[in-house]
Amino acid sequence: MAKATFRLWRGGTHQPGAFVDYATEVSEGMVVLDAVHRIQAEQAPDLACRWNCKAGKCGSCSAEINGRPKLMCMTRLNTLDLAEPVTVEPMRAFPLLKDLVTDVSINFRIKPGIRKFAPRTPDAADGTWRMAQRDVDRVQEFRKCIECYLCQDVCHVIRDHAKHEDGFIGPRFLVYAAALEMHPLDTGDRLGDLKDRHGLGYCNITKCCTTVCPEHIHITDNAIIPLKERVVDRYYDPVTRLLRMFRG
Amino acid sequence: MGAPHTYSYDVLIVGAGGAGLRAAIEAASAGVSVGLICKSLLGKAHTVMAEGGMAAAMGHNDDRDNWQVHFADTMRGGQYVNNWRMAELHAREAPDRVRELEAWGAVFDRTPDGRINQRNFGGHRYPRLAHVGDRTGLELIRTLQDHTIHLGVTVHMEYTVIDLLLDDGQVSGVLAYDRERGRFYAFAAKAVVLATGGVGRAFKITSNSWEGTGDGHALAYRAGAELIDMEFVQFHPTGMVWPPSVKGILVTEGVRGEGGVLKNSEGRRFMFDDIPENYRPQTASDAEEGWRYTQGDKSARRPPELLTRDHVARCIRREVRAGRGSPHGGVFLDIAWIKEKLPGAADHIRRKLPSMYHQFKELADLDITREPMEVGPTTHYIMGGIRVDADTQASTIPGLFAAGECAAGINGANRLGGNSLSDLIVFGKRAGEYAAAHARSRVAPRLDEQAIAEATGAALAPFERGGSGENPYTVQQDLQETMQDLVGIVRVETEMQDALTRLDALNARAARSGVEGHREYHTGWHACLDLRNLLTVSEAITRSALERRESRGGHFRDDYPEKSAEYGAFNIAVHRDPGGTMHVARRPIPAMPAELTSIVEDQKQ
Ligand SMILES: Cc1cc2nc3c(=O)[nH]c(=O)nc-3n(C[C@H](O)[C@H](O)[C@H](O)COP(=O)(O)OP(=O)(O)OC[C@H]3O[C@@H](n4cnc5c(N)ncnc54)[C@H](O)[C@@H]3O)c2cc1C
Ligand code: SF4
Ligand code: SF4
Ligand code: FES
Repeated sequence: MAKATFRLWRGGTHQPGAFVDYATEVSEGMVVLDAVHRIQAEQAPDLACRWNCKAGKCGSCSAEINGRPKLMCMTRLNTLDLAEPVTVEPMRAFPLLKDLVTDVSINFRIKPGIRKFAPRTPDAADGTWRMAQRDVDRVQEFRKCIECYLCQDVCHVIRDHAKHEDGFIGPRFLVYAAALEMHPLDTGDRLGDLKDRHGLGYCNITKCCTTVCPEHIHITDNAIIPLKERVVDRYYDPVTRLLRMFRG
Repeated sequence: MGAPHTYSYDVLIVGAGGAGLRAAIEAASAGVSVGLICKSLLGKAHTVMAEGGMAAAMGHNDDRDNWQVHFADTMRGGQYVNNWRMAELHAREAPDRVRELEAWGAVFDRTPDGRINQRNFGGHRYPRLAHVGDRTGLELIRTLQDHTIHLGVTVHMEYTVIDLLLDDGQVSGVLAYDRERGRFYAFAAKAVVLATGGVGRAFKITSNSWEGTGDGHALAYRAGAELIDMEFVQFHPTGMVWPPSVKGILVTEGVRGEGGVLKNSEGRRFMFDDIPENYRPQTASDAEEGWRYTQGDKSARRPPELLTRDHVARCIRREVRAGRGSPHGGVFLDIAWIKEKLPGAADHIRRKLPSMYHQFKELADLDITREPMEVGPTTHYIMGGIRVDADTQASTIPGLFAAGECAAGINGANRLGGNSLSDLIVFGKRAGEYAAAHARSRVAPRLDEQAIAEATGAALAPFERGGSGENPYTVQQDLQETMQDLVGIVRVETEMQDALTRLDALNARAARSGVEGHREYHTGWHACLDLRNLLTVSEAITRSALERRESRGGHFRDDYPEKSAEYGAFNIAVHRDPGGTMHVARRPIPAMPAELTSIVEDQKQ
């Protein structure tokens, strides 16, 4: 069996962090998470990492692999250059807890701040609704989100400017808000919040979030831009809109 | 060490999968204070992985479906050792629970007339599974999670319960640690609901996440509750077998529901070779009829690929043993063939089975719209669990309730696909409701300081043994191999006796397992603590399987290959006797009321 080297970030609040190299055996079909598990079982029993499904469905195993935000369980070793050490480090936009595990709790605090689903009265006497598949398709795209927070990790508004503190909810929650706003049954109104509290305006459509989304959600084009358009239509009259266009 | 921090709730829910979340919603809506504990982050529980759908007889795609048919299908699938009252409640209440999800924001696939769409699944007579492509579990858990966060439920994520605390024979709370810091916490509660899911990690090839270590089963057992049906472990017929690192990951039954067929290396559709007598009247006589069924033709009968999971798994095993398997020790599951029948088949497959398409593409480098998949059986689900009262979900210990996969009864010897997700919401709701009622009737419990001190001491012992103790990962691997080889799909007396001997040795090794370092997010330490539970459930599975000298549903004995009427009359139960040894007993199944018996008889044609 071939060997490969994995350069894993070790350390947490109790030890200063550093990369540590581990050589381990690799075989056909392995993914990065398999290698991490093997290292854990054979060389580093206290190595911290999150995972659940090993099939790209739960969004637990987010990390930066060779500098790219990815799911460890969906990154096959045969897509990486194993002649070089493979670096695996925790997501950088979140505070480190230990090794590959970060404190993503901010995401759990953001969500309840978004107005909840509020359905219209049922269509049928038996208390049920009718919807067409083509109308649900649109929100089903957003509901595929596995909350891996890779988009939050990569968004420069969060990473470089720490706009979380100003309330910027980040791409994951713009997708969430879009799923509610475009839900065929929802009657809630979140546009004012998106503009004033959730920092929709900070997003300058660089699409980094879209690039890393493992669910291939078109975060920017299908969720964020339509939300921005709705806000513009509601809050800015045509003249100011024209002015904004000129100002770029 | 310092005394543990303390929290106090009226109702404490252990587990944030579908069952735990639905229980939390119900209890919180009843106005009591609710705490929720889970080992992973919120929204990551095993339920998130469920694919195919949730069974509820809404009759949207076929108006011949109703709760009676669903009830009869469940009983037949479970080979009549189910708790019939649970099967009845489940069949009656599932449609309302599904509709309620829609009212909370779930977005199901639609029928042409705009209602919730329902798909075919094994053992269900009519299309019955409400679904969202093949990511129904995600939709379920997200809907419940998002609903819960507005209800004032306190969620303790990445906390693990290690012991139940008792006060005068009643439950008074739990002892837990947090992964992040490794600190201990005592939770006082007037009622505790266990919703901890399954035990799949006791086996080597499994679809289950790291969390499925049978914690709720073992916690309840150690506290004195009774476990039943532990011999009934479900081996799902279609797990991935290649590449090796993904062995065991599930391939949803939805593939077969959409027309996928099973073939051996000779290209033969072997499922037609062995159709059980009691399913013959409902099974297609040829490939053409089977295809029509999967496409919604109401006059057609189901293809043999959609027989129950126990049967399909054994047929696959038979083909592999006879040397007719696929190159990597499975058989072929082919959905690509439907291009002979449907124009635009590739797009159709990608739309109906998006996550399967994605999973094979990314993990096996295989395009399921063009090539067949290689599949084989994988440990998937346990029908057995904590014995509960059908209506209230109360266990045999006052104040302790259980729901979802860790509770037993509804599925009998074999669970029909899709019946778990609806089980979670039907009985999660009931557990929450009755736990809240119980909490209201009770004064604040007393926490047993002595028990807490002993339990924390025991939990920290691996650090005292240090790095020279046994490696917990190795012990776990050896345990998984023992169970896989000796108590797997096909069982015999001698092998299971051997397994018991080995479990003894593994117990001794687990008691020597050690780790070093700091308590923060120490996965090796957590593995030591999981071992205790895995060993308990493994012993329970083995002893129950030894006791059942017949073959029924998920339990197949090579030395007793037939079903025996005698064994249809009772459930097998285990409990811990005061000396600490595992006691096996038979619990007679009460007679079914006439009304239900006649439903079963009516549906037998
Ligand atoms: C790949 C796959 C596909 C499936 N597809 C379907 C399907 O299509 N239809 C269907 O009906 N069923 C399906 N199933 C089965 C179904 O998903 C499970 O049976 C069901 O989700 C179990 O739910 P639960 O709420 O009982 O527990 P889980 O979802 O397993 O949740 C258990 C919870 O308990 C917590 N927990 C466990 N131990 C402790 C502890 N000691 N302390 C604190 N918390 C603890 C965990 O952290 C977790 O939050 C599928 C299963 C798999 C693996
Ligand atoms: S498109 Fe917007 S949300 Fe996405 S990464 Fe760029 S700035 Fe962030
Ligand atoms: S939108 Fe995509 S990248 Fe962002 S959390 Fe969801 S799945 Fe992950
Ligand atoms: S482990 Fe679930 S997404 Fe990787």
